[in-house]
Amino acid sequence: MYLAKINVVLKKSILDPQGQTILHALENLNYNTVKEVRIGKYIEVKIDVEDQSTAENIVNEISKKLLSNPVMENYYFSLEKL
Amino acid sequence: MIVTKKLNVGIVVFPGSNCDQDCFYVFDEILKQNVKYIWHKESILGKVDLIVLPGGFSYGDYLRCGAIARFSPVMRSVVEFAESGGYVLGICNGFQILCEAGLLPGALLKNKSLTFICDTVNLRVENNKTFFTSEYNQSEIIRIPIAHGEGRYFADEKTINELEANSQVVLRYCSPDGRVDDDFNPNGSLNNIAGIINERGNVFGLMPHPERASDTILRNVDGRKIFESIIKNFIFR
Repeated sequence: MYLAKINVVLKKSILDPQGQTILHALENLNYNTVKEVRIGKYIEVKIDVEDQSTAENIVNEISKKLLSNPVMENYYFSLEKL
Repeated sequence: MIVTKKLNVGIVVFPGSNCDQDCFYVFDEILKQNVKYIWHKESILGKVDLIVLPGGFSYGDYLRCGAIARFSPVMRSVVEFAESGGYVLGICNGFQILCEAGLLPGALLKNKSLTFICDTVNLRVENNKTFFTSEYNQSEIIRIPIAHGEGRYFADEKTINELEANSQVVLRYCSPDGRVDDDFNPNGSLNNIAGIINERGNVFGLMPHPERASDTILRNVDGRKIFESIIKNFIFR
């Protein structure tokens, strides 16, 4: 069994108004060293397979097919053996 | 002349659809066509000439708007129907589903303002040579309601250039006198895009709600010509 921790983020080229709003709030709190905020989604998926490469293939497949929209988002993930 | 031929319309209902009954009412009560609902678990569309994907919040908009609906049993049939040349109209959430399903290019992102916008906006008809808009004049300005949180049309530069070059941008947000600029872009859509059609011309998606501007009792019938265009083009083609 593997635990996949998947992050889905908007592509760099896409305006992220939520991130900008948070950045402004942080500026108001005087965190002047914070220069960029981007919002994404974090998804945990448990996969009942024995080997890591099968788990990786499944994560890539579901991320491309459903969890992210390749038109506007990228994803990255880590795998943890349970 | 008496026309007895009628359009057979199938309105897809997902859990969370909420404009399905408005669309049904327009086709049935106002335009006197044959209409039926198609539940999202159905995989057989039956005899239909037009599929409508109505507005709403299919599957609660979980993950992304339209992301889950796109994999429902009915959508497999809708994709086949569209690929074989069948006519498909996606309104609001229906437009989002068409993009997720790859029947239309691009995606609809959270509004630039981050707020849900419920308003009536001006639109310019950019292409009246389509199956869905032929009853309008070219560059006609119409007023149709919008109601969405995720309506910011996005596609990569290449796709946008192709859409523009092929006149696939059908509706654009504009000022009351037809000016297209940022001041009259409610949600931050690229090039003020409010509605697009596929290259083949049989799949049309738009964020505004023409079904909410089709009954004279509402004092605005600017949206009705979309449905009338479809009916006329179907009957007289």
